[in-house]
Amino acid sequence: MSANNDIIEVHICMGTAGVASGGYEVMDAFAAEFEKEGISAVLKERNCKVKATGCRGLCARDVLVDIHLPGMGPITYEHVTPEMVPSIVQEHIGAGQVVDKWAAKKDYYDFYKLQKRYVLKDCGKVDPEDIDDYISLGGYDAIKKVLKEMTPEQVIDEVKKSGLRGRGGGGFPTGMKWGFCRASKGDLKYLICNADEGDPGAFMDRSIIEGNPHVVIEGMLIAAYAIGCKEGYIYCRAEYPLAIKRVKKALRVAEERGFLGKNILGTDFEFHLHLKEGAGAFVCGEETALIASIEGERGMPRSRPPFPAVKGLWAKPTNVNNVETFANLPLIILDGADYYASMGTEKSKGTKIFALSGKVKSTGLVEVPMGITIRQLIFDVGGGIAKKRKFKAVQLGGPSGGCIPEHLLDTPIDYDSLIAAGAMMGSGGVVVMDETNCMVNVAHFFLTFTQRESCGKCIPCRIGTKTMLDILKRITTGEGREGDIETLQDLANDIKIASLCGLGQTAPNPVLTTIKYFRHEYEAHIKDKKCPARECSELIEFVVADDRCKKCGICFKVCPVGAITWEKGKVAYIDKSKCVKCRECIVNCPFNAID
Amino acid sequence: MEDVVEKEAIDLTMIDEVCAEYKGRKGATIPVLQKVQEHYGYLSSDMIDRIGENLNISSHTLYGVLTFYAQFYTTPRGKYVIRVCRGTACHVKGSGRISEVVKEEFGISNGETTSDIKFTLEEVSCIGACGMAPVIMINDKTYGNLTPEQARSIFKEYAQKQD
Repeated sequence: MSANNDIIEVHICMGTAGVASGGYEVMDAFAAEFEKEGISAVLKERNCKVKATGCRGLCARDVLVDIHLPGMGPITYEHVTPEMVPSIVQEHIGAGQVVDKWAAKKDYYDFYKLQKRYVLKDCGKVDPEDIDDYISLGGYDAIKKVLKEMTPEQVIDEVKKSGLRGRGGGGFPTGMKWGFCRASKGDLKYLICNADEGDPGAFMDRSIIEGNPHVVIEGMLIAAYAIGCKEGYIYCRAEYPLAIKRVKKALRVAEERGFLGKNILGTDFEFHLHLKEGAGAFVCGEETALIASIEGERGMPRSRPPFPAVKGLWAKPTNVNNVETFANLPLIILDGADYYASMGTEKSKGTKIFALSGKVKSTGLVEVPMGITIRQLIFDVGGGIAKKRKFKAVQLGGPSGGCIPEHLLDTPIDYDSLIAAGAMMGSGGVVVMDETNCMVNVAHFFLTFTQRESCGKCIPCRIGTKTMLDILKRITTGEGREGDIETLQDLANDIKIASLCGLGQTAPNPVLTTIKYFRHEYEAHIKDKKCPARECSELIEFVVADDRCKKCGICFKVCPVGAITWEKGKVAYIDKSKCVKCRECIVNCPFNAID
Repeated sequence: MEDVVEKEAIDLTMIDEVCAEYKGRKGATIPVLQKVQEHYGYLSSDMIDRIGENLNISSHTLYGVLTFYAQFYTTPRGKYVIRVCRGTACHVKGSGRISEVVKEEFGISNGETTSDIKFTLEEVSCIGACGMAPVIMINDKTYGNLTPEQARSIFKEYAQKQD
């Protein structure tokens, strides 16, 4: 065995989900076990190291642990707890026997089969708090190449040729956006990384920053060089404490190593990068609002033109890109635009990272080539719907996106096809809903969010979304009237046209698509005063259906207020005077026997 | 007469130090508010006035900024801040019920604090841990894949903490 093959590595998932599931406890257990077992004698302890890696993707199985043994492929264990560590160390590391009962099975590997881990290739491998680890995997080679071999114009051309489009949602061609800012007059130009990932159901940017902060810094360096920016900001939302901590450290170390500051890598290139912590406002994801927020104002959007490329932060030309966009850049430079453009569809190149969540079996972070279908994403990558339920809809693009029904599942995932279907790429949140989710309730949920987050500057958004929300509230509580659907559509179209920024322009989308594809559910609420999915508790009777009840008693066990009576072999009974309509019985009944 | 309430005097000199550090810098408002709040836990009207004097910004401008953002608070917050994620993924997995459990246990709704200043309930848009929905955070600790009753027992555990 050569020295290189002697390294035993234990990789432990330390993303937010990993930590929350007890990652640190597992890590401590490994460290303690190595010490206790005196593994050094047999296993060359000098080479044993426990690494804190970033997001692995399959958050539902945390804590995930990979064991790399010399001469053996890595083995992944899922749902690892500190109690399992001694057996894993003794049997697997000590005796070379994989502990089969805890090792990941086929479904774990299926999750990765259709994926193309390109932007995320180092997430989960690289130690996010160790710049040398990043460098050893080729990190900062792209900026070296750019500074040595390319002019700013060549960089912009390369990015244009790659076909990269903004990953923040709009899908504007990145190279073209840079070109505008570069062409603007002025010595001082700003570059901003939008890490204010506010879409509920999206956590791609957080995962990239937590998993590999240096790739974002390197991407920003490339952009700064191409556009001619000396000063930059990473605007990160305050709800991501781990991401903030890692960015802070990465910025400090990068500066110490001469990747940031003056005379970068011994050239004239100068770039100062700062972190700005957001203060909790969804609208700050909109670039002009984000700029206002950095300036210390209320984060309200400004009318465009002038566009930020001409007049942005402190009235200077400013370019704003999203975290994932920046993370693509080092790859485009190193692999070349042609290779990059070979992935994806004609108009949407490369890969896209999605946060897969909701009622799907394998929730987590996935990266797929553009152009695979929504069905492949949910059923092949995500493993289909959990609890043997039926698929109903999928919300793509967050509160600005739309709900896609089953008959459109074969729509390819690219910017233009999704818009045609009424959704949008958005930042990449994919929330799957099953037959127990009510689409009117979902529309109500999204509008509650956008209405609350509306900054109040323009009237269509401020008053229009409130009016729509009032109508939806009425419908979900059984007070819906004839004509409500038409009023909603009418208002929605006006709000879309007349609002100042993207928040208002897209806020009605979830309502419009749910009406378009699930009109019968709206009608059931309004005309029959029934919620077919039994989610709107005001419209549920809470009566056990004799013919469907299989007398299992689960409802009896889960009822928190003791409103259900049941005896073995008998149909359950719900006492309505005690029932608080919490729906625990409905959610847990395996036979849909409660109406 | 209850009109005159003896206020516990809070030492505000820390504000002067923070402001001195940021004086003259562009875009200082939000970082200063963040630092002051980090120190005192919230932003009282006295604190806001003091910041205004230091930075030469009117108090109402500061008030306008801080009320715009969800993460500034003008009243003291509980020792334990329970953040219930109300993002989409958590919503479809029943996080609304978890907020109700908080109300049942502590009698507080969104934004409210218990009278002993031990618990604050905050419903947040998305914690970004959708893969383990429904999720809550108590201070910096995250709990995922919760059922309402699991959440309840976690709350009970915190309620029993004596410190």
